[in-house]
Amino acid sequence: MLAVIHPSLCGFGGKDGYESITFFPGSPLSRKFAQKKTFPLKEPAGEPAGLYVHVPFCRTRCPYCDFYSQTSLERIQDWIRSLQREAEHYSNSFQAFDTLYLGGGTPSLLSPQQLADLFTVLRTAFSFAPFAEITLEANPDDITREKLTAWRDLGVNRMSVGVQSFRQEEIEFLQRRHTAQGAIRALETIGAAGFDNLSVDLIYGLPGQTLSQWLLSLKLALQFRPEHLSCYQLTVEEGTPFGGLRERGMLNLPDEDAQGRFFLTTSRFLEKEGYLHYEISNFARSEALISRHNSKYWKHVDYLGLGPGAHSFFQGKRWWNVGSVQRYCAFLNEGKLPVEGEECLTEDQLLLETLYFGFRTKRGMDLPLLEGDPHMKSCAAELEKSGLALRRDGRLIPTRRGFLLADSLPLRMVR
Amino acid sequence: MKLRRMQRIRNFSIIAHIDHGKSTLADRMIQHVHMVTDREFRDQMLDTMDIERERGITIKSQTVSLRYPARDGKEYDLNLIDTPGHVDFSYEVSRALASCEGVLLLVDASQGVQAQTLANLYAAMEHDLVIIPVINKIDLPSADVDMVKEQIEMELGLDSDDAILCSAKEGLGIEDVFEAIVAKIPPPRGDESGELAALIFDARYDPYRGTIVSCRVFDGSVKPGDVIRFMHNQATYKVEEVGFFRLQREPRKALKTGEVGYIISGVKTVSDTRVGDTITLDGKPASAPLPGFKEAKPVVFSSIYPITSDDYLSLADALAKFKLNDASLEFQKDSSVALGQGFRCGFLGLLHLEIVQERLEREYDQSIIMTVPSVQYRFVLTDGSEVEVDNPQYYPDQQKIKTALEPFIKASIIIPERYIGAVMKLCMERRASNPRMSYPTPGRIEVTLDMPLAEVIYDFYDRLKTVTQGYGSFDYELTQYRESDLVKLDILVNGEKVDALSMVVHKERSREWGVQVCDRLKEEIPRHQFKIAIQGAIGGKIISRSTVSAFRKDVTAKCYGGDISRKRKLLEKQKKGKLRMKMVGSVEIPQSAFVAVLRTNEE
Repeated sequence: MLAVIHPSLCGFGGKDGYESITFFPGSPLSRKFAQKKTFPLKEPAGEPAGLYVHVPFCRTRCPYCDFYSQTSLERIQDWIRSLQREAEHYSNSFQAFDTLYLGGGTPSLLSPQQLADLFTVLRTAFSFAPFAEITLEANPDDITREKLTAWRDLGVNRMSVGVQSFRQEEIEFLQRRHTAQGAIRALETIGAAGFDNLSVDLIYGLPGQTLSQWLLSLKLALQFRPEHLSCYQLTVEEGTPFGGLRERGMLNLPDEDAQGRFFLTTSRFLEKEGYLHYEISNFARSEALISRHNSKYWKHVDYLGLGPGAHSFFQGKRWWNVGSVQRYCAFLNEGKLPVEGEECLTEDQLLLETLYFGFRTKRGMDLPLLEGDPHMKSCAAELEKSGLALRRDGRLIPTRRGFLLADSLPLRMVR
Repeated sequence: MKLRRMQRIRNFSIIAHIDHGKSTLADRMIQHVHMVTDREFRDQMLDTMDIERERGITIKSQTVSLRYPARDGKEYDLNLIDTPGHVDFSYEVSRALASCEGVLLLVDASQGVQAQTLANLYAAMEHDLVIIPVINKIDLPSADVDMVKEQIEMELGLDSDDAILCSAKEGLGIEDVFEAIVAKIPPPRGDESGELAALIFDARYDPYRGTIVSCRVFDGSVKPGDVIRFMHNQATYKVEEVGFFRLQREPRKALKTGEVGYIISGVKTVSDTRVGDTITLDGKPASAPLPGFKEAKPVVFSSIYPITSDDYLSLADALAKFKLNDASLEFQKDSSVALGQGFRCGFLGLLHLEIVQERLEREYDQSIIMTVPSVQYRFVLTDGSEVEVDNPQYYPDQQKIKTALEPFIKASIIIPERYIGAVMKLCMERRASNPRMSYPTPGRIEVTLDMPLAEVIYDFYDRLKTVTQGYGSFDYELTQYRESDLVKLDILVNGEKVDALSMVVHKERSREWGVQVCDRLKEEIPRHQFKIAIQGAIGGKIISRSTVSAFRKDVTAKCYGGDISRKRKLLEKQKKGKLRMKMVGSVEIPQSAFVAVLRTNEE
């Protein structure tokens, strides 16, 4: 029996074991939302929750990445055992998930056996909807025909491949393990293995990169007719090796205008190729091929994140796990939740996030909701006038130029 | 007997440059005469010092009576009258000095004679006071006593043999300071049996006792029960209490000729008194008030608005409280299209304005915007009527103005000879005329000029200090209104006129101002999601323009589970920053921009 008590968690806690824990329903928070309907947070239909599993292991660290992972692979078994305890804790609190996302870190480095163990853990603790979207993030050089078969047999139906670039010199700058040839081979193998939902990750806006160099990678990716593309502008985070380089003035990133040109060109090019630019960095071949899992983040739909550093959101409350395999395992071994922090969102905070998500996605914001507030109403009209947003089907939708300003537009709307 | 009493009084002031140790010397003198124990000294005195040090200048003066047993075996009452230290308060300084017979001129042994020392010296000389040079901080390793003595001879024209060496911090030479006060400063004179004539040199508000008036008795005496009259405003009050300023107030049976002390007489607010007014007895008045009274009139005007309009009442309350202790602040209701409801305020000068602004924000917790300061203009209209305008918003229709007049000052600037070129250039840029020069001491020039007041209220003093490397001293007095070619400069932000940024300027300098304000605003207004045009206009005509370019891109690439809280916290922080902004149309103008438009870009 696992005593699951974490002092910092208002909604958690039980005296003698997790069976006795009343998890959220009936907590002050859920009552509050039941009464106050001033701000419709959730999708009206009550979309099913999503499950995220953070696989915190990488063979090498990429110098731009600030997700948590470690390069020592010895603790994989410990991590799976601990994750089992964490999953068991939450097992009764969620209905069937309709998405599962294995992210990292590098989920593809797990052996087929390790991954099978992980799936057993998840399927034992939780139930999944019949046509759940199950995504696995993979590094090109982990991809083999055998692994692909194993993944498909486990139920993985969506592959997200971290190609980042098809130009060898850029791949080396990003210190990726694979080669340009390796990436091409990996995508061919996936196609041959019969996956019909492929997403390719690319990074642009590298120091010295020209627009045509970037389009070269993009066009090569399109050769594989991926159902989905994530095109990220290189973002330098503090505390990463690139962050250090930038501090010393050794990273010459494109200026604001150039970044804008990359973004707009990418958007125009991919939309001409038939992709839907549905989020700042994400493109899908059709509505149906939008990442269902990631979309939950942007709609305040509930999601549970398992593993070190994973974030969860449930009924207006957000919490996040410790970013260390060792501490994660230690907490769970002691019968505690590995939660590092939490926040119960106020209405103002929810509004701010809703606006932020709204300006980042083609889904936009609910207009009747905005127009309930005179200030937001006049801001919406102004954005429309200046071509940063347009109204469609009762929603305010950011335009391509609006996307470029998605970080500051929410601040215009709030007082 | 009576004569002997007055023989044992000395009234003096300490004048010094900021940081030359005035407060420390005063505290050390208090400690020396054992008015406080060492422990109390630390508990009580250092607190007041902290406040003074933080402000850098004495805003409200402190007065204290010290009982000193001199080497001649007699006890003396030494009244130390403190003075505020800035040109805006020169009138208050002059009234404090008028209450003294002598001053200690304090000079830092390592820094030597500074500009302000000179200005203060001349103020003291004007009152025919005995001046005792005191060289302080002689314990510092960088002290150069001989250099300072040389300066005292050459630059101040004083006998350096008379200079007293001391270290207030180390308590060295304090006894010598006391002895010099006794020996060199003459005792007060006056007619003890004459009609009461007492000079008000300060007043402060006490929540329990009402206004406490500080005064120097020149003739006659006053005691509790007397009915006194303020000769300027003819108000009468019954005296409740008189006394000396020790560390606390010490009630006395009477205040007599030559003495310095306080009177409590049921005066409600500080504004009911006027510094420089003469107190006499209602039943037996003096034939004439003491000379030198001037009504301290505001010369600089600016509007104060709350950042959020909800705070208007709270601001009104804060101003009313502030006024209890500051008679020179004047205010009345005002409103602006851009900024909403606020108050039009009158100040003695720009420093006074800055002090009020700072204290409202810090002590009264107000978030305010102050508009461009202005002087008071006079206009004779075509229909023969005359209007006074201190707020550019009410500038008359240019077609209807027959004659425009603006206030002029007589500016006195004292500088070492070598800066004369730079100073004259600065003054001429500011429309100065009729320069007269005199040479008060070798190597020094005093320049007297006629200047429009409007040209000195913004940053003239700062510029003067810059071009003279701190050695220029500046003083001014209002002289007259003169005809002038004035226009109103309007500022448009994205085509919308921002009334709070309008200003009245001289026609010849209007283009210069227009360009400066547009350039300034360009730096102050943050980039928006759209281009912002800033224009200066006179009448309907655009005379200057600048543009704040738009954001091209600010979006971050990733927003997944772990990014959301972090990003929202950043937005919340930025949202707080927005509270310091004022929306004008769709443009957010930072609070700082409204005053920053006046800062010139000169080096």
